[in-house]
Amino acid sequence: MKHKRVLLLTLVSVVLLAFGCAAFAADTLVVGFSQIGAESGWRTAETESVISAAKDLGIDLKFSDAQQKQENQISAIRAFIAQGVDGILLAPVVETGWEPVLTEAKEAGIPVILLDRGITVADESLYVCKITSDFIFEGEQAAKWTAAELGGKGNVVQLQGTPGASAAIERQKGFEDELAKTPDIKILESQTGDFTMELGKQVMEAFLKKYGNDIDVVYAHNDDMGLGAVQAIKEAGLKPGADIKLITVDATKAAFEAMVAGEVNAVVECNPLLGPLAFETLKKALAGEKLDKWIVQVDQVFTKDQAASVIGSRKY
Amino acid sequence: MDYLLETSRIGISFPGVKALSGIDFRLKAGEVHALMGQNGAGKSTLLKILSGVYRQDEGRIFLKGREVNFSSPTEAQHSGISTVHQEINLIPTLSVAENLFLGIQPRTSSGRLDWKKIHRDSENILSRLDLRIDVSEQLNSYSTAIRQFVAIARSLLFSADVLILDEPTSSLDKDEAAKLFAVIRGLKRDGLGIIFVTHFLDQMYEISDRATVLRNGEMIGCFEAAGLSRMDLITAMVGDAQAARAENEPSKRRARTSQAPGDERILEASGLSRSGAIEPIDLSIGKGEVIGLAGLLGSGRSETARILFGIDAPDKGDVRICGSRLKPCSPIDAIMAGMGFCPEDRKTEGIIGNLSVRENIILALQASRGLRRMLGREEQAAIAGKFIEALSIKTSSAEEAVKNLSGGNQQKVIIARWLASNLRVLILDEPTRGIDVASKSEMQNLILSLADQGLGVLFISSELDEVARCCGRAAVLRDRRKIGELSGDELSPDGIMRMIAGGESAA
Amino acid sequence: MRQKLPDVLRSPYFWSLLFLAALLIFNILFTERFGVIEVRDGHFYGNIMDILRRSVPTVLLGTGMTLVIATGGIDLSVGAVIAVSGAIGALLARDGYPLPVIIALPLAAALISGVWNGFLVAKIGIQPFVATLILMVSGRGIAQLLCGGQIIKFSDPSFEYISAGFILGFPFSMYLAAAVLAAVQTVTRKTALGLFIESIGVNPAASRCVGINATSIKLIVYAFSGLCAGIAGLLLTTEIRGADANNVGLNLEMDAILATVIGGTAMTGGKFYLAGSVIGALIIQTLTTTILARGVTRPATLVVKAIVVISISLIQSSVFRSQLSGLLAGRGGRA
Repeated sequence: MKHKRVLLLTLVSVVLLAFGCAAFAADTLVVGFSQIGAESGWRTAETESVISAAKDLGIDLKFSDAQQKQENQISAIRAFIAQGVDGILLAPVVETGWEPVLTEAKEAGIPVILLDRGITVADESLYVCKITSDFIFEGEQAAKWTAAELGGKGNVVQLQGTPGASAAIERQKGFEDELAKTPDIKILESQTGDFTMELGKQVMEAFLKKYGNDIDVVYAHNDDMGLGAVQAIKEAGLKPGADIKLITVDATKAAFEAMVAGEVNAVVECNPLLGPLAFETLKKALAGEKLDKWIVQVDQVFTKDQAASVIGSRKY
Repeated sequence: MDYLLETSRIGISFPGVKALSGIDFRLKAGEVHALMGQNGAGKSTLLKILSGVYRQDEGRIFLKGREVNFSSPTEAQHSGISTVHQEINLIPTLSVAENLFLGIQPRTSSGRLDWKKIHRDSENILSRLDLRIDVSEQLNSYSTAIRQFVAIARSLLFSADVLILDEPTSSLDKDEAAKLFAVIRGLKRDGLGIIFVTHFLDQMYEISDRATVLRNGEMIGCFEAAGLSRMDLITAMVGDAQAARAENEPSKRRARTSQAPGDERILEASGLSRSGAIEPIDLSIGKGEVIGLAGLLGSGRSETARILFGIDAPDKGDVRICGSRLKPCSPIDAIMAGMGFCPEDRKTEGIIGNLSVRENIILALQASRGLRRMLGREEQAAIAGKFIEALSIKTSSAEEAVKNLSGGNQQKVIIARWLASNLRVLILDEPTRGIDVASKSEMQNLILSLADQGLGVLFISSELDEVARCCGRAAVLRDRRKIGELSGDELSPDGIMRMIAGGESAA
Repeated sequence: MRQKLPDVLRSPYFWSLLFLAALLIFNILFTERFGVIEVRDGHFYGNIMDILRRSVPTVLLGTGMTLVIATGGIDLSVGAVIAVSGAIGALLARDGYPLPVIIALPLAAALISGVWNGFLVAKIGIQPFVATLILMVSGRGIAQLLCGGQIIKFSDPSFEYISAGFILGFPFSMYLAAAVLAAVQTVTRKTALGLFIESIGVNPAASRCVGINATSIKLIVYAFSGLCAGIAGLLLTTEIRGADANNVGLNLEMDAILATVIGGTAMTGGKFYLAGSVIGALIIQTLTTTILARGVTRPATLVVKAIVVISISLIQSSVFRSQLSGLLAGRGGRA
């Protein structure tokens, strides 16, 4: 008697659930997005881009902020799977440890697309593709600009990002490999500024004490450090942008403002507005299209001369 | 003959002081050997060398004929020298059994703690001391006396050959002390050598076979207890015939302490109570009066003092100083009204160890002046200097950290602290505990001379003869209740004992 | 004989001063252009000036921290309070408020943060570690909320003067730190505050028995520590002309604690040494500047710092010193 009732209840709920899901699926695409956190303006811009693109496309977006913790991301993905989403966007906080949860997603038939960072897994079929900027490409772009600006001869200092971060490693590698082609340009010293304005300034102060006017170009792995360096140069009685030239990566609005003011010479874009591209790719994947494993968000270099005309259209 | 423990020409110096020199201490197996001397004579230092806390600068130590050099107390303990300190080194929040076996816990074959064995062995070892208690209870739920037994029991677990008892009876009442002595005699029969430090002369005679007397870091001699007269012992310790006379002259000051009725009342407490501490109690102290608070350990003496001074809040009742009511539970209010308090536990509630003698002396006065009216440096030095001289506090200077002073001198610093403030009534909780004979007598004289100058004193002591000698009147407590007051000829150790035993009020 | 140190060796400042001097001498001899001081734009310019200027935030925090630690407490929230005060200051400066407002409001917020800590510790009786941990975590969150996850930039020369101004060739911030130190020294030694703080730190129970009101003293020191953090927040924010809520003052509470301990104030409370904490802050900054000036890589930096800190702590430990001298004496005796 009792067993029968339980069975009946279960049946009813299963049917309801099935109908519910079906109804949902027919109407709108449901996508889960596991974001790392909100630790920088860049990431906030990325989050907003994904949210607003979902709104524009009429996609039902389930957003989860992991507060810099992988375990939060893993439980968010499990929740997405349980809710039966159509696809998952993941900005992974670390590179490793994703196999089990991505296997669950794969078994549930849910495609996973990585945003702005890659991961290391033995079986690459666990995710559809990654959409990121190419940090090495960014470094090369910065090196090309530097070589041209210096006419093939001069001295450079490098403000590195946080040690171990892939952005820092690859932006350095791309830059140094490309710059090696112009042997008369010397990198005087590289030191980490931890991606922060404060440390960027402090490290630049030390560089200035040591090399003084010998420095021709400062290459900073992100805008914040570059803007810190601008202040250090000013306080040393020199003119940033003229006495010492600067090129930074990211191309935030603040960097554009500094370019307009003539204090930064060029920025390499690292575009966080990945939302539209992400959903476009996901739709292709759901439609069964064959996709490249790495879809590169193409970044470009903006210089001082373009700054004034472009700044109005900058979204981040 | 072979000695169990023997030292040869031991000496040690501290910055500026030669603390011990040329000590030849010899302990036989199966004897109780008293170590006597005033505060600062070097007893503690010698014990610390024997137990591995300090290393001697000169001389050698032999244990059972073999030379030993301890680099830590643990090493000494494992070699067979166990110490039970005056301040018991156990962990109050652990159970009795855990305390006994801390660090030497037996394990089962699977590597887990063998609780059954721990509890069984704990009970066994305690029963050797004739103590039957629940060993799974927290240690701090037991009295100081029981903690003392537990500490001794723990040292027995280390199969000690030498047991050092540093003032074991200072916080025990008479029965407890008797019990302890029975235990000591048992251990002595088992062949242990026991070093016994005490300030009580009677106890020395009661329990010891021999006594070594130290004075000013030197060894005065080693005596057979049976052949040593009281007078000779005191002279050896004090080296000063006058102080010895003071000890032998019991009651020189009783006469003046009786008060004529109608005298000004300084402190009045009415219906003061706090559950678990004291039943409603009335007390009154007049100008120039020394009032005793007598009773056994745990009778509510210290608890009453703490409520009077505002450290603990009373449930009911109030305290008046010269007629005006004190805010309950506010020491500063009591101080402003003219009360001072020397707590039983000098170390944790009395002295502020790392601060200088000067700072300790002016602290209460400064607290009553408030934050802003800071005493000038010269003024502070003058006050400190005055009391260091007046109370003959032995310190290298007013700037010495008070923790480096001996117990008696620390006690004087605390009294100086109150004398320096606007004092009308002083509560003294065991002011002479842990203080040597000469200092004790000095302290008693000091208290009486303060009373002569018009101070009201509440005198708490577990030594009944001291109460009888110093006080004009005494309230007797039993089981957290005041059972009566004694004065005049009735106020004698016997009288107090009778009242506690019989419960009938003589008043 | 127990080792009897000459008085100078027993001074609480001796070892840390010696260490600082050694570090500076090493640099002047072996680090390129380290000792060079030039005049640029009418002020002194060089690594040594950098040390002085950049140590100011740690000196300020260390001053507050010293008093807190002396009462037997700790204030972990100072880094977060820096972020809050910086965020408020930057927002006000960005929106063009007059200077007195830009200065007063952040300091008021910092003071309130300190009072909150003091309230939790002294009135509620929460352990200082836990009580200040609350604000350490939530304070930075509050600052991030205020900034909306962005670096708030501003341009207000009069406000920026705090970190960029110079008087007689020396940075204004140095005078600021000196003024705060002088004020604290006066207040703690000319009133009974210093004595009461030490008394509470050494023995809280006995302090109560002499009538010292620990509650109000603790409120005062935590509030003051908050205020110091507030000033440091304004400094660090004007330094980069922007409020970077994520990063500003990050881990600076640890530097402040370290400076205090290097300076000779024990973590258990009691006697405190303000001058020692200043020396401690200078040592920490000299290390940082040395590392930057010598181009040591980042991971190595942390190791170098750790080694230095361990050696200072060891030198200051009397146990270690006596064992060391015992060892040396033993060797000497046998030789």
